[in-house]
Amino acid sequence: MWTARIRLSFVFLFTCLSLSAAQALTPTQALGLVQGETDKRLEVLNQALQEADASTAVFLQAMADDLVKLAGTQVFIVREGKAYDPVTSAEVGLTQAAEDVVSNNRMRGEIDAALAALRLLSPDGSIRFQAAMALAKEPDAAKLPLINKALKDETNAQVKTALVLAKAAMAISVSDPQERLQAAQTLGQAKSPEAQLLLNQQLSMETDPQVKSQITASLATIKAALAWGERLGVVFTGISLGSILLLVALGLAITYGLMGVINMAHGELMMVGAYATYVVQVMFRQYLPNAFDWYLLAALPMAFLTAAVVGAALERSVLRFLYGRPLETLLATWGISLILMQAVRTLFGAQNVAVENPSWMSGGIQVLANLSLPWNRIFIVLFALAVLMGMSLLISQTRLGLFVRGVTQNRAIASCMGVNTARIDTYAFALGSGIAGLAGCALSQIGNVGPDLGQGYIVDAFMVVVLGGVGQLAGTVYAALGLGVMNKFLEGWTGAVLAKIAVLVFIIVFIQKRPQGLFAMKGRSAEA
Amino acid sequence: MNRINLPKPPALLSPLGWCAFLSFVLLLAVLVPILNLYLPVDHVLHVSDFAVSLVGKIMCFAICALAMDLIWGYTGILSLGHGLFFALGGYAMGMYLMRQIGLDGNYKSELPDFMVFLNWKTLPWHWYFSDSFVATLLLVVLAPGLLALVFGYFAFRSRIKGVYFSIITQAMTFAFMLLFFRNETGFGGNNGFTDFKRVLDMTIATPSTRMVLFVLTASTLLGFYLFARWLIQSKYGRVLQAIRDAESRLMFCGYSPLPYKLSIWVISAVMCGVAGALYVPQVGIINPSEMSPANSIEIAVWAAVGGRGSLLGPILGAFMVNGAKSWLTVVAPEFWLYVLGALFIAVTLFMPEGVLGLWNKARLAWLSKGVSS
Amino acid sequence: MDLYDPLRVGTSLAKVKERSPQGAFLLNLERLGVFLMLNRRTHLKTLAAAAALVSGSLTLSIAHAADTIKVGVLHSLSGTMAISETVLKDTVLMAIDEINAKGGVLGKKLEPVVVDPASNWPLFAEKTKQLLGQDKVAVIFGCWTSVSRKSVLPVVEEMNGLLFYPVQYEGEELSKNVFYTGAAPNQQAIPAVDYLMSKDGGAAKRWVLLGTDYVYPRTTNKILRAYLISKGVKESDIDEKYTPFGHSDYQTIVADIKKFSAGGKTAVVSTINGDSNVPFYKELGNAGLKAKDVPVVAFSVGEEELRGLDTKPLVGHLAAWNYFQSIKNPTNDAFIKKWSAYAKAKGIAGHKDKPLTNDPMEATYIGINMWKQAVEKAKSTDVDKVIAAMAGQTFAAPSGITSKMDEKNHHLHKSVFIGEIKADGQFNVVWKTPGPVKAKPWSPYIPGNDVKPDEPVKK
Repeated sequence: MWTARIRLSFVFLFTCLSLSAAQALTPTQALGLVQGETDKRLEVLNQALQEADASTAVFLQAMADDLVKLAGTQVFIVREGKAYDPVTSAEVGLTQAAEDVVSNNRMRGEIDAALAALRLLSPDGSIRFQAAMALAKEPDAAKLPLINKALKDETNAQVKTALVLAKAAMAISVSDPQERLQAAQTLGQAKSPEAQLLLNQQLSMETDPQVKSQITASLATIKAALAWGERLGVVFTGISLGSILLLVALGLAITYGLMGVINMAHGELMMVGAYATYVVQVMFRQYLPNAFDWYLLAALPMAFLTAAVVGAALERSVLRFLYGRPLETLLATWGISLILMQAVRTLFGAQNVAVENPSWMSGGIQVLANLSLPWNRIFIVLFALAVLMGMSLLISQTRLGLFVRGVTQNRAIASCMGVNTARIDTYAFALGSGIAGLAGCALSQIGNVGPDLGQGYIVDAFMVVVLGGVGQLAGTVYAALGLGVMNKFLEGWTGAVLAKIAVLVFIIVFIQKRPQGLFAMKGRSAEA
Repeated sequence: MNRINLPKPPALLSPLGWCAFLSFVLLLAVLVPILNLYLPVDHVLHVSDFAVSLVGKIMCFAICALAMDLIWGYTGILSLGHGLFFALGGYAMGMYLMRQIGLDGNYKSELPDFMVFLNWKTLPWHWYFSDSFVATLLLVVLAPGLLALVFGYFAFRSRIKGVYFSIITQAMTFAFMLLFFRNETGFGGNNGFTDFKRVLDMTIATPSTRMVLFVLTASTLLGFYLFARWLIQSKYGRVLQAIRDAESRLMFCGYSPLPYKLSIWVISAVMCGVAGALYVPQVGIINPSEMSPANSIEIAVWAAVGGRGSLLGPILGAFMVNGAKSWLTVVAPEFWLYVLGALFIAVTLFMPEGVLGLWNKARLAWLSKGVSS
Repeated sequence: MDLYDPLRVGTSLAKVKERSPQGAFLLNLERLGVFLMLNRRTHLKTLAAAAALVSGSLTLSIAHAADTIKVGVLHSLSGTMAISETVLKDTVLMAIDEINAKGGVLGKKLEPVVVDPASNWPLFAEKTKQLLGQDKVAVIFGCWTSVSRKSVLPVVEEMNGLLFYPVQYEGEELSKNVFYTGAAPNQQAIPAVDYLMSKDGGAAKRWVLLGTDYVYPRTTNKILRAYLISKGVKESDIDEKYTPFGHSDYQTIVADIKKFSAGGKTAVVSTINGDSNVPFYKELGNAGLKAKDVPVVAFSVGEEELRGLDTKPLVGHLAAWNYFQSIKNPTNDAFIKKWSAYAKAKGIAGHKDKPLTNDPMEATYIGINMWKQAVEKAKSTDVDKVIAAMAGQTFAAPSGITSKMDEKNHHLHKSVFIGEIKADGQFNVVWKTPGPVKAKPWSPYIPGNDVKPDEPVKK
């Protein structure tokens, strides 16, 4: 979408600029841009910018996209296997010895700024706005005349504000104190972190007291405006962590709460789900590369099924003999977790495997000036909610859920009623394992996928289940969200480690006071 | 007037038992030192230094397994955090050993090396008295003991049992592990304590000091065994077993389980602490991964494999599992974890009473077959 | 399942057998067999333990008679460090195959002895004792984390063994029995910071020193802080942060970096360990912190760590090493080809499809070749002679320079390369030191180091 617009704008740019009789990109300029010291290259860039035309813009864009190759003194733009000459845009043969052109960060930044400057004259309003904002971020006095020119003819109000901001960004460091004062005021209105950066940089070099006080005042305004963004940021990170804890603990809550089985292999079931996602990704990359972005939709059921099958196999072979002996199940499932981890190491290697996010999960959405919410975490929060809804519907509305509830409350009577308790146990364990697989799929999008994936979350999962109380899903939800938010709030003050320790101590103390957890099953057992 | 004749408590060990015990004492305290120190290295019967340090290390683990058996096999409390007490004892001894390095460290300073590179100028409060051996011995007993006392009191008073208790012991050891991994806590962070030079002004790296530590560990193990046996055979031991078998009924009979549980919990914690203190000079390093939940779960498996509910079983289990680990990580390193995992499963499914239980059953079966034929 | 009689020996067959004397004999044999089988585990374990004890002394006589030279490989093949260390074990094995194919050392073949200390630090010390005491290896190639090296050090010094340590580390150590083929801080950290302060690197004014909480980041950050302050950076412009091992939720940290960077042009120096880098970079990419705004230079991120990552949002972030796979020269091409062929032949997971080489692999390769040259020069594998012969050894390194082992301080002279991450997971070399840099294991930025000699002190 973005590239198509660029191409369109270049066509217009070409016509506009060709009418103003600008000079074209010369071969020496092209060569000077791609090799040598960065300082020299930037000189050539500035020169080329003064005499810019459509081919310059195309060439600069190709450099920004890493499509330029160099062979000796010949420069190529390579698109889809075909090489083009940058000056004439004609197709040429690609020399074998052509090497990629290397640009460091600084070069790339300057190329982006140059492209932004060229786009200031684009007919599309949103492109002009983006270009103006980009220039405001990287002020360069050399581009001031271009901005003034664009400002004269600008009609779009939004773009005009952006251009004024860009102008102020450049004016903040000029010699005239009055202009600096004006610029400081404008930047204070912008209320963005970029403006904050520019003001701070100027503050360290400022000598004029009046300008200094204006800068400090502007900084204070910006800080007040950004404070809300920070608070909301912390809340969001807490909810995001809570949603991950919820996904991880939900499966465990089912197996323990409804079946009394402490499953230390729960983390490994998550790992199985994550590896299933990896395998699906590899399949998609090999056989369906065009549909790669949608591999997650196929991976979700695969992760669920794989983990559920593994869980069912475990239940049938090992756990069914251990009901009523929770401490033994703890040890046996720990042994299973060791075997699963080593099996994965043998099959896939001890290294982590690469799981790429699909493009719609990368990046973030800019909600406030300083609050950018990553897409992958937003989707995980929504996904956790969806899983929760699905689970509670399953438990409360379906026959399987009814049987599971019955077996939990009173196994003997349920059996008398004709419920096949052994089969229900298997289904319930498979369900819990399947949810663990879904959690693993979610985790693969935000962290490592390796044999040790489960180990990092198992203690947290247990804490959530123990805190939330056994047998109630509501307890798990509250416990997960509460622990996530509490952890993140503490982390801001004390750092990650102390926050985690504080949360663990809190749980230990809470359990002393209320051994049955937040939401306990009511009953008249003497053990309660 | 009728006197109720209470049954006499059995003797500590049967005569056969005493023979076996004394022969072990001879073997470990007399024979091994002679074979190691006084025989030339290429003699067939020479016991190598490697074997001495390996067996010494495993004996420390055996003490832990014994302690675990006391609370799990006899009282029914599964703790998944006993590695913490082991590590605390080890750290207490480690602090003393670090002080004993004196000025021989990398930075030639009175402070241990890791404090120098953290830019600390004085010893923090928890290092006071760490240069006194007596104070260290006290700390080895008090640090795990007090922690166990406080934790146990609150836990048992709230009547936390079974799986919940195991999980909060896991939380406890995990929290301490995170705490000790922090460099600011002043325990060396991830590097822990290492590079020990001396203990009680004897150089550690000599065969004679190593043998002294070996004999000390062996005698502690044997001593604790006798102590545990005496405990279990007394009335106190009977109450413990009653707590394991039917706690509610015990309460209805008028006993409060709290002091019994608390006392055995503290005793087993102190035993683990002592084992840790003996472990550190022999292995030469202590670091917070000793407190990881996985280590504590392994202690439980030693007791389970050997046979909990008997006192010999856990010792046997510790030797078997650790021996297998040492052997397999050389011969077939990729298979060690499969074996360990399968061991956990096999023990819980097929050998709920461990190897010793299996042996007893087999012996019974063989004897009774002989009888019935 | 009958625990009493799991093997179902007490069947009718047995009853038949017992009616005759021969049958009785067979039955008793069977019972003995049952007894043995039921106690197979105990018997096997005791046998194994006894065998271990006896073979300990017997191996001694065998070792003398062999005409191979034993080389110990002490890398974790399981546990948390397996991710990084397994490939180093394979590099040693590949180098040994190569040396043996050329005729071995001093006419004898090299025999690798591979042990797995399983990321367990006390086990490292135990395995070292075993390698030096039982197997009598001539040299050990091993360790990755500083704590593993520190637990091996007393053993190797006491038993006068030889250890080659191939990983970049924090310095502050110099042992006669160790050769450090990885970078010291002045061969990695300081040049990286110099680059970031330069115009090309972004002219950073504020610094976030982000690391995992253990000795390597702590010491490196201490050195860097002293260096930055010596260059005029204010204390308020330096922010030191530490996360625990295995930390995976970097949202708060990335938010803090964003906030801190609003105060001035900021660069992040990351000493985050191993695979914690993956969630950090993912979070960084999603938060929109581009490399040209806030460049992040990492010291523990190489080609192998980028394998598990989508590198498109990370283009432009930096790493500082003494070797990159993308360095173009004939020695490196040959090295990469050798490794690809080896990985394919041995079916090494991950590398058989996509072979990657990295700095610790190069350091291991240099180390084992230099050791071979030193043994040939000293005409013996005796440790003290080899240590003396190692001084001044040179080797054509894949990084393009002639690597040299310093005459005195047991470290290599290394060139420093700064690379920017490319979209395909390789690195663009954007800067390098003009020539090899001599290592300073005792950093001049830590007080008290000025009195330390530049060679191992006799203990």
